[in-house]
Amino acid sequence: MIKIENLHASIEGKEILKGLNLTVNAGEVHAIMGPNGAGKSTLASVLAGREEYEITAGSVDFDGNDLLEMSTEDRAREGLFLAFQYPVEIPGVSNVNFLKTAVNEIREYKGLEPISAKDFMQKVREKSALVELDSKLASRAVNEGFSGGEKKRNEIFQMAMLEPKLAILDETDSGLDIDALRIVANGVNKLKSPENACIVITHYQRLLDYIIPDFVHVLYNGRIVKSGPKELALELEEKGYDWIKEEVDSVNA
Amino acid sequence: MGYTENELAKDLENQEYKFGFVTNIESDKAPKGLNEGIIRFISEKKNEPEWLLEFRLKAFETWKEMTEPEWAHVHYEKPDFQDITYYSAPKQTKKYESWDDVDPELKETMKKLGISMEEQQRLTGVAVDFVMDSVSVATSFKAKLKELGIVFCSFSDAVQEYPDLVKKYMGSVVPMTDNFYAALNSAVFTDGSFCYIPKGVRCPMELSTYFRINEGGTGQFERTLVVADEGSYVSYLEGCTAPQRDENQLHAAVVELIALDHAEIKYSTVQNWYPGDKDGKGGVFNFVTKRGVCEKQAKISWTQVETGSAVTWKYPSCILKGDYSIGEFYSVAVTNNYQQADTGTKMVHLGKNTKSTIISKGISAGKSQNSYRGLVQIHKNASNARNFSQCDSLLMTDECGAHTFPYIECKNSSAKIEHEATTSKIGEDQIFYCLQRGISEEKAISLIVNGYCKEVLNQLPMEFAVEAQKLLAISLEGSVG
Repeated sequence: MIKIENLHASIEGKEILKGLNLTVNAGEVHAIMGPNGAGKSTLASVLAGREEYEITAGSVDFDGNDLLEMSTEDRAREGLFLAFQYPVEIPGVSNVNFLKTAVNEIREYKGLEPISAKDFMQKVREKSALVELDSKLASRAVNEGFSGGEKKRNEIFQMAMLEPKLAILDETDSGLDIDALRIVANGVNKLKSPENACIVITHYQRLLDYIIPDFVHVLYNGRIVKSGPKELALELEEKGYDWIKEEVDSVNA
Repeated sequence: MGYTENELAKDLENQEYKFGFVTNIESDKAPKGLNEGIIRFISEKKNEPEWLLEFRLKAFETWKEMTEPEWAHVHYEKPDFQDITYYSAPKQTKKYESWDDVDPELKETMKKLGISMEEQQRLTGVAVDFVMDSVSVATSFKAKLKELGIVFCSFSDAVQEYPDLVKKYMGSVVPMTDNFYAALNSAVFTDGSFCYIPKGVRCPMELSTYFRINEGGTGQFERTLVVADEGSYVSYLEGCTAPQRDENQLHAAVVELIALDHAEIKYSTVQNWYPGDKDGKGGVFNFVTKRGVCEKQAKISWTQVETGSAVTWKYPSCILKGDYSIGEFYSVAVTNNYQQADTGTKMVHLGKNTKSTIISKGISAGKSQNSYRGLVQIHKNASNARNFSQCDSLLMTDECGAHTFPYIECKNSSAKIEHEATTSKIGEDQIFYCLQRGISEEKAISLIVNGYCKEVLNQLPMEFAVEAQKLLAISLEGSVG
């Protein structure tokens, strides 16, 4: 699905990613954990194509395409979805209109006819139920006046509507109470299939009680320094990140 | 069939010659410059009654004493009023020999606007046979209107056919002495539109200059007069969303609306005169005086989407004379490159329990300057008057400017006035969010801007709103920085 090799990225001259390697196959869920400032959100931004970041070395293969050569919108159209840590408000633009535009742009890219209004609304009903999103929210302006939990649920709703190959959840659990967390995680689990994959970026182990990862990676100082099965998350929860930092720093010393 | 546009043109030509003018004027185009002789020439050309000539001459005398206003937040080289041709017959308007001669850029823009091929050709004056079709369409509409007693014709025709109505109402809302450009217009106007809705009649269709195709190419100084008699209703659309590449430097129009007791007038404008090129060269100066008067329980609603012109100076206003009358102003003004707009409204509350609403959305891009200027005036007898104003500005770049000049004059303590204003910059985050969902940048800007303007666009009739949305997108293409 995605193969990241020796990825180096910097912003305003400061190197954040320092040779990151990661391979995710279809049907897998990978969790990326790590202390603050490790580069977790940078990784999400770089993969999605934020222009502020400069890629200085490395390659990313996304389903046979050179991801780094693709525009932000084409990455999305090829099936890369980012659930934002801080979803953006777009006043006056209804969620439905926004999503319909997105769905049709993706369809056009794939050479398909625009979706019919009937099919689209059917899909809206079906997918909003999946994340227990009040259907009223679907007709409200994008994220405008939404609570923190509603915004995050709306991200998963959009993900359900766009049916991506690879979803990257950037700290989707931050700011969620336990009920919202469960709803969001249920949504993600229901969307899981052998054809798609998911990268869950999180600071806490909490979310991983609900979304069971196949692999857990620790990102520290711009690189993945430790990988393991889901139990690694529990170990991190218990022992914190310091022991990993020490391990890495002693190797580098 | 049997009567083609060419024949019509020929007839007109012969007609013109018939008049036989004084001195050396042989063509149907007046020489450059402005003096009493020119005004007499225009009036004679149009076979006007004596009172109208006197109106013009009086306006001209007043205008000579006036100076060009400088209070607006715009900078431009003042037009040389002696270097303008004040009369030119319609057949002088630029026509293309064939579709291939039409400027490709113009074609491209029209295509983007979603204007049908036939319509595109009609707008550029090509394809005579289609024009013929359109004439018949227009005629069938006219028959329907006539049945209801609705008058909708060119100003010139109205002067000939309905002189009493014209005489009674012309200059009653915008006096000839009102301001520099209104005075100039009153002296030299060549044509425009006239509309009268009889008592209690609800006009069943949107009236638009669109249908008056053979009267296209109205001059720089047009005049519109809309009279809605007691209890009547009309929705009037002005302008066309097609890119009228008018090279005229100066447009000084006057629009007067009269809503008698219980009448309602909805007046919508989509303006996209030539804004000048990317470096600010050329473009139209749009200095327009628009005003309406509301009698008892009458309502006037102005909606405008302004994307064109190099300099815009325009304040569609309502005089709320009758008790319980209502004035509304919904505006989207877009400026890009070096465009300058100083636009807004005046709500003059004279009657009791009068109500006004102002929603203004300014969008500035490029190096443009966009100003809202509004006056809410509550006179001493206007008890319980209410006003709500909302002025929002959206900035697309770091080099443009947005300004708000709200004036409030209140002489009645029972009045309630609310004013809200916001300024925001279009977010790179918003655009990135759209891109990440697979939406192109062009569509993203269009979505964001249309969302921002929604309250105003909602006021426009359906088809007009769709075109206005596309126009906004085109005006702002590639403008984020």
